[in-house]
Amino acid sequence: MGGRRYVIRKIMQALATLVFILLFNFFLFRIMPSDPVKLLTKGKGVQLTQGAQEQLIIDLGLDKPVLPISLRPLALHADNQLFQYVGDTLTGDFGPSLLFQGRSVVDVFLTALWPTLLLVGGATILMTIIGLYLGIRGGWSRGSRLDTGSMGFSLLFYSMPDFWLAMMLLVLFSTYLGWFPSGGYSTPNADLSGLAHIVDVMNHLFLPIVTLTVGYLGEYYLIMRSSLLDVLGEEYITTVRAKGIREDSVLWGHAVRNALLPTISQIALGFGFILGGAITVELVFSYPGLGLLTIQALDSQDFRLLQGLFLFASVAVLLSNLAADLLYSWFDPRVKEA
Amino acid sequence: MATLAEPASPPITPRSPKAVARERRKISRHRFWSIYRKSVMGMAGLAILIVFVLMALLAPLLVSSTGLDVTKVSGPALSPPSWAYPLGTDNQGRSVLTLIIWGSRISLLIGLLAATVSMVVGSVLGILAGYRGGMIDTALMRLTDWFLVLPWVALMIVLAAILGQSLTIIVLVIGLTSWAWTARLVRSQTLSVRERPFVERVKGLGSSDSRIMIRHVLPNVLPVIIAQTILSVALAILAESTLSFIGLGDPLRVSWGQTLEQAFDTGAVTLGAWWWIGAPGVCIVLLVLAFTMCSTALEEIFNPRLRQR
Repeated sequence: MGGRRYVIRKIMQALATLVFILLFNFFLFRIMPSDPVKLLTKGKGVQLTQGAQEQLIIDLGLDKPVLPISLRPLALHADNQLFQYVGDTLTGDFGPSLLFQGRSVVDVFLTALWPTLLLVGGATILMTIIGLYLGIRGGWSRGSRLDTGSMGFSLLFYSMPDFWLAMMLLVLFSTYLGWFPSGGYSTPNADLSGLAHIVDVMNHLFLPIVTLTVGYLGEYYLIMRSSLLDVLGEEYITTVRAKGIREDSVLWGHAVRNALLPTISQIALGFGFILGGAITVELVFSYPGLGLLTIQALDSQDFRLLQGLFLFASVAVLLSNLAADLLYSWFDPRVKEA
Repeated sequence: MATLAEPASPPITPRSPKAVARERRKISRHRFWSIYRKSVMGMAGLAILIVFVLMALLAPLLVSSTGLDVTKVSGPALSPPSWAYPLGTDNQGRSVLTLIIWGSRISLLIGLLAATVSMVVGSVLGILAGYRGGMIDTALMRLTDWFLVLPWVALMIVLAAILGQSLTIIVLVIGLTSWAWTARLVRSQTLSVRERPFVERVKGLGSSDSRIMIRHVLPNVLPVIIAQTILSVALAILAESTLSFIGLGDPLRVSWGQTLEQAFDTGAVTLGAWWWIGAPGVCIVLLVLAFTMCSTALEEIFNPRLRQR
């Protein structure tokens, strides 16, 4: 069975990438030109005594050797920063957050996770459905008004910074027209419940989700369209037509089924970009998700939080790619043999 | 060597191989231009591009840079577009038009430099992986895949935050994180060039691997590299504007992204100062669109399969 070997190989590759990501994350935050202790104490606005600084260094484990092996003098260190980092990460211990005093990085992260899931998840579903539908229609009747229109639309919004689109929508629909709130997750101190709360959240979500959807829709359209065009050129389509099958079922029953396959991995690759887009879009709408948290961590130089967020983003994209690879092979057994 | 190895058309008067090569290049240049000229998309992109490049080069002649200094300007704050200020003013009374003209320099410069870095890294790694194959190929492609998978914007933000904010660092951060697609495309093109008979022929004539890669593979994958690099410029300009908007740009230089950041930070959205937000954004969209359209037109020429679509 080539199938099981394929699955195992993909999982091993993902694990190798995960190790790489962990190492990268570890070293990245240690090549900072500035002194980590100074950075950690900077936001507190207090001058620490010599003794308190040394205590902080010990608390953070910065007095330990960085690597398990040192050359000069040649020695092995069982207790080192790398092992500690990997161990802490694998057990989900990211330490305390600097920006949010008294809360752990994990706690801060979990609070911001839900709004982002709602925004990115919702936008991904919307843009997949609309993008793929337009791609199928456009590829089927190439050169039609719908096709050239979608093509122009895709190119235009592909070239647009999503944070700019967000600001323009905000100026128009919030500042001038007043149809939507100017930002946030829900109306503060409104104390709504049930349906009223859901409506309120949706009202806040509308503009951010439209920004992300419109901004990234084009790529799905282009991928679907070119994939469908490839399939339509294949001989089995000619055979199907020669059999006298209705055009509608040639498209939906035969062509689309195969053309959808390559889009699976593209959707997974696109996920990383949407996550990135969410950072600036959440900033503009002051939407309290992981993107806004990233900016806040950046502004206050809370590198611990930033490191955790970056790790999460990398792992999320890694997992979505792994899922896409496995799904693809399940839908299309030919992949396993290659 | 390259020209000797290919059959030359029967010469009436004996010409040197160099002259033959020059002649051939001239003909293909003409043929290229005559196809490119017919592409509406390509010509529109080129026209927009020329306008922006002229604007960037002639900036000192168009408006004085004193208009950027908040202590030396005397305009009204936040005035909507008028005859005196065609694109309005910002909150400190600077003309938005002045900001745009001077900002075009940094946006274009960073875009071009970062795309060059990305092109060099992507092409070298792509050709090496494709031509050498084996372990080198596997290792380089794992690295490429890793860069494709990493969330790009997040990676740039983290790198810029850690390494600091100067023009060089921003160029390097954008360039060194965006080469993966180029490497992938160049590799697959190299794989097909490597299998062509003429490569075997020059190998038989005793060319070294490095000479084959530079003299024979590179010219054949160049079209792919050029089309991809122009697209990279578009992406790099977007990336620069994103970094500047987050506040990770070079604080001392005016760029479109930086103007947008200042507008956002001073509440231009709630003030309804649409001209201040609108103008830099429209410029970014136009410039990125121009590069994308040129790249699409080139791809259609270099890849005849696409032209039939």
